[in-house]
Amino acid sequence: MDIIVCIKQVPGSTDIKIDPATNTLIRDSADAVINPFDAHAVEAGVALKEQYGGSVKVLSMGPPQASEAIKQAISVGVDEGFLISDKEFAGADTLATSYTLSAAVRKMASYDLIICGKQTLDGDTGQVGPEMANHLGIPCTTFIRKIVEVKDGFMKAERLIEEGYEIVEFPLPAVISVVKELNEPRMPSIRGLMAAKKAEVPVWTAQDIEADKERIGLSGSPTWVVKTFTPVREKNNVIFEGEPEKQVSDLVARLRDEGIV
Amino acid sequence: MGIKITKKCIGCGVCVDVCPYSAIMIIEGMAVVEGHCTLCGACAEACLEQAIIIDRPAVKPVAEQDKDQWRGVWVFVETHGTDTSPVSYELLGEGRKLADRLKTDLSAIVLGDGSYKTDDLFARGADKVYSAAHPYLADLDTEICSLALLECINRYKPEIVLAGATSFGRTVMPKVAATLETGLTADCTGLDIDKEKGLLLQTRPTFGGNLMATIVCPDRRPQMATVRPHVFKQPEINGSSQGEKIDVQLAGNLTSRISLLDRVVELVAGEKLEDADIIVAGGRGLGSTEGFEHVKELARLLKGAVGASRAVVDEGWVPYSHQVGQTGKTVCPKLYIACGISGAIQHLAGMQTSDRIVAINRDPDAPIFDVADYGIVGDVKEVLPLLISSLKKEFGQA
Ligand SMILES: Cc1cc2nc3c(=O)[nH]c(=O)nc-3n(C[C@H](O)[C@H](O)[C@H](O)COP(=O)(O)OP(=O)(O)OC[C@H]3O[C@@H](n4cnc5c(N)ncnc54)[C@H](O)[C@@H]3O)c2cc1C
Ligand SMILES: Nc1ncnc2c1ncn2[C@@H]1O[C@H](COP(=O)(O)O)[C@@H](O)[C@H]1O
Repeated sequence: MDIIVCIKQVPGSTDIKIDPATNTLIRDSADAVINPFDAHAVEAGVALKEQYGGSVKVLSMGPPQASEAIKQAISVGVDEGFLISDKEFAGADTLATSYTLSAAVRKMASYDLIICGKQTLDGDTGQVGPEMANHLGIPCTTFIRKIVEVKDGFMKAERLIEEGYEIVEFPLPAVISVVKELNEPRMPSIRGLMAAKKAEVPVWTAQDIEADKERIGLSGSPTWVVKTFTPVREKNNVIFEGEPEKQVSDLVARLRDEGIV
Repeated sequence: MGIKITKKCIGCGVCVDVCPYSAIMIIEGMAVVEGHCTLCGACAEACLEQAIIIDRPAVKPVAEQDKDQWRGVWVFVETHGTDTSPVSYELLGEGRKLADRLKTDLSAIVLGDGSYKTDDLFARGADKVYSAAHPYLADLDTEICSLALLECINRYKPEIVLAGATSFGRTVMPKVAATLETGLTADCTGLDIDKEKGLLLQTRPTFGGNLMATIVCPDRRPQMATVRPHVFKQPEINGSSQGEKIDVQLAGNLTSRISLLDRVVELVAGEKLEDADIIVAGGRGLGSTEGFEHVKELARLLKGAVGASRAVVDEGWVPYSHQVGQTGKTVCPKLYIACGISGAIQHLAGMQTSDRIVAINRDPDAPIFDVADYGIVGDVKEVLPLLISSLKKEFGQA
């Protein structure tokens, strides 16, 4: 089974905080990590390879330093990785990102399965996987929490929904997006770390993947961000005073007066 | 094309601080943008000198797309048998306002096997209901539904299509948007119409709620968005409403490559967190599983659901299905009582839109108090039993 896992490098999640004085984002460090959901996608790929044989590759679109994320994936058992990086890709929305990734996938040798994370920490949309499946003309299922089996060119899996889960079966090749209940990402092995250190990550440009210039980066992005702002938290908050008994009875009185309880 | 720093730049460094990607440096008194900039726009927004310009090329409209032909606001109504997903009602309420601002119609689009009664949708504000009934649509198969929705959109050309950001909506809408080569904004928490151009302004949280972004789709149609459940209120029911019902005969091929073998309902004990009017949530401050019992007792008393911070779920005091926050559930109850929860940004991301928030924490500087309407600074182990007995008295149970 030949697997491609799509990973994105994102700013280290815990680094993002709001400075209460200026109400702007502050970072403790410039750390970047593999998007947490994508770490589960990588683990799924490696585990499937261990079970069914074949290969597992990672693909990432991002700036040159995203090759670090690819090396991290190699350290936990991925065979090789490819970085698609070009100034022309900057400003891509989900349509342009999914188009670009699908162009790169077409360039790669045959594959049976593409695994994406449920969503990214920064983009936070979860759209790239399903949109990519559409560009490639293959089926897509989302929110996979358990892979039951792969047999005769079909995958059977459990998909998380609001009320519980669905058991679905679909032919490969397909795109799946995974949630974190699926597995526990492993730590790198010594051998993996050595492989990562030695790994050369090929970098593909827009030209290399034969991408249509009008469908990548800003030119290929129908959506624009027109404004960004830090959320305002305007609350007229009341902190009750006095002995605990008094605070509690004041609270109950308020809730009663507002008709909440 | 791309980002430009103009001569107005005074090298103050505000942009450096706000850039989520650490992609700006100050060199010799001027901001310099590095190659890994994603053009997110946070810097341009923050720049006091208006020295940062993000230049956009026009996006080519899809061939033969005449924007003026696309009219009306559509809400995709997610049905489960004869039930309606609450977010669909919320969207009809919000869609009504958008349609009024655009002086156009609000339509509901319903896919199903025909058993669903659509009259109710008029009473919730729809002018028209498009109903495509087909036996294959009964199971809410995401592939078949995206084909059907695509056919309806191509035939009737709405300018705006909204759906709930549910597991269903977040799967079907990207498939449809990718085929139409139009934009789709995920998980919006705010919608409005731009007065000048009549564009849909789609506001959504990114970076786990740390940054809000307003997004438009100026050149392609329809403008599509999925909207987070429980952010908008359900509209009042207007009993007298009537409207036009259009039965859509689907002509296209409705096949799916995905077979649904089973759908297993696995509701957590007690009430479903997302639908609860009252949530009592506990954090690490409760100290232990035993401490957490107070939270469960208070929830029972208030006929509410039990929520938890990730710290508590990681400790194993309650299952993951109770986790509220960025990597848990997003909730918007009438009352959220946070007990011994610090209010980390990832937790706030899942509950800060609740109508009323009560915080109980012994640290007066805990960030949870920034979003609370009512706060008690004290020990949860002391305050909760008092609150429980006080409420019992209130309810005449003591
Ligand atoms: C990528 C990522 C995703 C995350 N997603 C989520 C998420 O979805 N949901 C989530 O909740 N967290 C999430 N977190 C974790 C989050 O950052 C916090 O670590 C977590 O919310 C803290 O839980 P807590 O408030 O219960 O614990 P703590 O931060 O330990 O806070 C305990 C609080 O209890 C108070 N306290 C202690 N003893 C008492 C007492 N006796 N009486 C009264 N008060 C007391 C303390 O003052 C403190 O404020 C995420 C983190 C990351 C990095
Ligand atoms: N730039 C990228 N490079 C590789 N994979 C990506 C990229 N952006 C998104 N993905 C994949 O698509 C998933 C959903 O991303 P998003 O739609 O941004 O929430 C991620 O979890 C990744 O698996």
